[in-house]
Amino acid sequence: MTQFFQMRQEIGLTAVFLLMFVADLFLSEKHRNLLHPTACILLALQTVLTARPEDVTLFAGMYHSTELASALKTILSFGTLLVFLQSTQWLNRPDARHKTGEFYTLALSTLIGMYFMVSAGHFLLFFLGLELATVPMACLVAFDKYKGNSAEAGAKFILYALFSSGIFLYGVSLIYGAVGSLYFEDMQLHLHGCELQILALVFVFTGLAFKLSLVPFHLWTADTYQGAPTAVSGMLSAISKGAAAFALMTILFKVFGRMAAQWELMLEIVIVITITVGNLFAMRQKNMKRFMAFSSISQAGYIMLAMLGDYGQGSASLVYYIAVYVFANLAVFGVINSIEQQTHGKVLRDDYKGLYATNPKLTMVMTLALFSLAGIPPFAGFFSKFMVFASAFSQGHYVVVFLALINTVISLYYYLLVVKAMFIDTSEEPVAPFRSSPYMRISLVLCLCGVLFLGLASGVYTLFTTLA
Amino acid sequence: MFNILMLFVLIPLLMMAGLWASRNIRQVRGVMVTGASLLLALSIWLLCDYIGLRRSGETAQMLHTSSISWYEPLHICLSLGVDGISVAMLLLSSVIVFTGVFASWRLQPMTKEYFLWYTLLSLGVYGFFISTDLFTMFMFYEVALIPMYLLIGVWGSGRKEYSAMKLTLMLMGGSALILIGILGVYYGAGAVSMNILEIAQVDIPVQMQNTFFPLLFLGFGILGALFPFHTWSPDGHASAPTAVSMLHAGVLMKLGGYGCFRIAMYLMPEGAQMWDEVFLVLTTVSVVYGAFSAVVQTDLKYINAYSSVSHCGLVLFALLMMTRTSCTGAVLQMLSHGLMTALFFALIGMIYGRTHTRDIRQMSGLMKVMPCLAVCYVIAGLANLGLPGFSGFVAEMTVFTGSFENPDLFRRICTVIATCSIVITAVYILRTVGRFLYGEVKNPEFLKLKDATWDERTAVFILIACVFGLGVVPFIFSDLIATGVEPVVSQLIK
Repeated sequence: MTQFFQMRQEIGLTAVFLLMFVADLFLSEKHRNLLHPTACILLALQTVLTARPEDVTLFAGMYHSTELASALKTILSFGTLLVFLQSTQWLNRPDARHKTGEFYTLALSTLIGMYFMVSAGHFLLFFLGLELATVPMACLVAFDKYKGNSAEAGAKFILYALFSSGIFLYGVSLIYGAVGSLYFEDMQLHLHGCELQILALVFVFTGLAFKLSLVPFHLWTADTYQGAPTAVSGMLSAISKGAAAFALMTILFKVFGRMAAQWELMLEIVIVITITVGNLFAMRQKNMKRFMAFSSISQAGYIMLAMLGDYGQGSASLVYYIAVYVFANLAVFGVINSIEQQTHGKVLRDDYKGLYATNPKLTMVMTLALFSLAGIPPFAGFFSKFMVFASAFSQGHYVVVFLALINTVISLYYYLLVVKAMFIDTSEEPVAPFRSSPYMRISLVLCLCGVLFLGLASGVYTLFTTLA
Repeated sequence: MFNILMLFVLIPLLMMAGLWASRNIRQVRGVMVTGASLLLALSIWLLCDYIGLRRSGETAQMLHTSSISWYEPLHICLSLGVDGISVAMLLLSSVIVFTGVFASWRLQPMTKEYFLWYTLLSLGVYGFFISTDLFTMFMFYEVALIPMYLLIGVWGSGRKEYSAMKLTLMLMGGSALILIGILGVYYGAGAVSMNILEIAQVDIPVQMQNTFFPLLFLGFGILGALFPFHTWSPDGHASAPTAVSMLHAGVLMKLGGYGCFRIAMYLMPEGAQMWDEVFLVLTTVSVVYGAFSAVVQTDLKYINAYSSVSHCGLVLFALLMMTRTSCTGAVLQMLSHGLMTALFFALIGMIYGRTHTRDIRQMSGLMKVMPCLAVCYVIAGLANLGLPGFSGFVAEMTVFTGSFENPDLFRRICTVIATCSIVITAVYILRTVGRFLYGEVKNPEFLKLKDATWDERTAVFILIACVFGLGVVPFIFSDLIATGVEPVVSQLIK
């Protein structure tokens, strides 16, 4: 029993989940509005109170949360909090109002799933976490099921997710056949790179590549992001991706550590293709949500660059990149969401023309966040990109770093297209001036602080390197 | 802890805060004039202080050095320090920032935002010149690039969106090359320090140098308008608003030459020796091709932009000659070209603001209508073609003498070819001046135009005084620069 209480973050989050579930059951229709502040405050409390990083191994190694993993879990919680803050206005719409409680419980349960993914030391626990992170997410994607393409997006997401889970499980069963155990600890001794094990590596990698939407397993991404409610797209792009990337890194280094020679080349190729294809498709998108989908595909490639480094520097850079990416990406999705809610569904880039003249503050948030995503100093994205480049470069992957750097120029092009629409272009009917909801404003201010200070304050990255 | 050089970054930051808080155009102008004057005063003080310290026998390579650890795991520090070259460059930047404020005195609309981005641009430039840490330098370098997009895109003229995008992407492509070069230097030198002075003590493996030198040199060379990557420059300068053209051609393009010298050549001397002939050919082409292209242009800004390509090419050309005199000449040429081109762009902006055309075929006889601007333009032109008494003569003389000192036949041939550009410069300057300043006023509309206002005169007169001053007493600066050039050249000759 005492073992359970050492999983402070998971226990805390489960408690928040249960409280929200009960509150949803018992709150009367009149007091429904209380759900928003309750969810935000509870999650904020959980994030803050459990933020102390520690190394915990439980159940004979089945659960293994490293210090870095617990730091990542704090980041994921904080990101989810930002998503909660951004979804209130959308949830207050008449057609979504009665499902408010459902949204919070579903989102929290995906977060619990991600927690277990990040801190699993055994393939079964990992798979449980993966499924717990995926299935409720499909419900969230299809949340607006009578509206737009939400149902279609949900169907696409769940089909791809189940398919990839199947592939992943097949890989795991091959590993079990080869090693006779599912504990990560046992693997390193036995996995050394024979054909069966390479096959297992490919299947496991493919299964996770679907979640991370790496090319060529990215085909679901754009449609899902476009159809899903914007807040959910934000969560999918920043938080799910962060958890999956960290999990993939853990598996590559802990399980397939001795097969690095086999997976390095594969990783190099996948990274270059992912970044390039993501960028090339992003250039042509007119719909902001689709645009951000391709942008997040290419960002996933940059996250993966960290895995080419050694484990210490690489994992610290990876978590740092995720932290920065969560803030910048959620800032962009926050602005998209806010404009979409205000204008009843305007999500095209052309709708943003002349936005600076009418909504200067929102435009500045968007611009700075996009600059951060493009890696322009002094915003945080510059530092996080530098760290992943340095990490891959230190192990001699010069060509991949070079190609990734050239790709940053392409990405700058399409991010600037949005900036151009907002600052330079003029429109006959621009978005009228408006004030976003207070929740949204808090979340955007938090995102902006992250974008501005996560880089200039070097403490964050230094902390991650000491934890790694 | 506190270093006087930090003021070069702090003052722009305070200016930006002041701009953010200001409510009307008077306050905006007040903030800008105060800040720019402070920066100018600081640079002049720094120059005097530096010369004084050197006279009193200070022999350290860099003065006012300090270092604060920033990103410990990667040895990134906020290392500051100046030598003769950076002191000169800081003074140049301050003069141009100061005059740029007056050149955009009446700019509309969104004056506040304009000056915010303008100040951010200058912050990047100052930060670049005072840093001695590779990462910090690169960060400031990029900070200086990105405001260009909005400055040109929003306040520019002509094909501004195209030009802004082209300029930003080409320069960012360059900075991608620089970044990989910097990583190469850092890991090549054993990943123990990002400080230039410390890395210079370490021998980077020759193979690493040969791989990463061209990337770094090309990366900075793109900003220095190295042929064939100069194409952003004419479009960008032609579309940019006046003060931005001034700052960009006057200072930002110098970042390229400075980076090539201070980072690429200083840290990788063997790489430089391996590749110098390739780049010499490219720079010789820049010098001659830029001048020839200027001859056929009809737009005043394009003429000056191609002239900049030619003159900035000369900077890189002289650096690659690797003699003491030629490198001193290169830095003098940076100063001289910075001042002259800023003067040109200021004047062109003022003329364009009145005539609403920059096509020299549609203008004539402006000398009669706006004598002050026209006379200043003639002075600028004469300085540009290297008339003794102005800065251009001193700089080009030093460059060509220094280049010819190199006994190698190939380099002498390059020098002779590059020298031809002087004649071509005379052709396009005199032709342009004769075409649109002299003769009869053909367009009756032009007779109503007024001459320069007080703010425009301030900007122009200060720049002319600087050009003249550098031409008459060049030894102050050449002595100053020689102290900065010495350690790099001795590294190269070794």
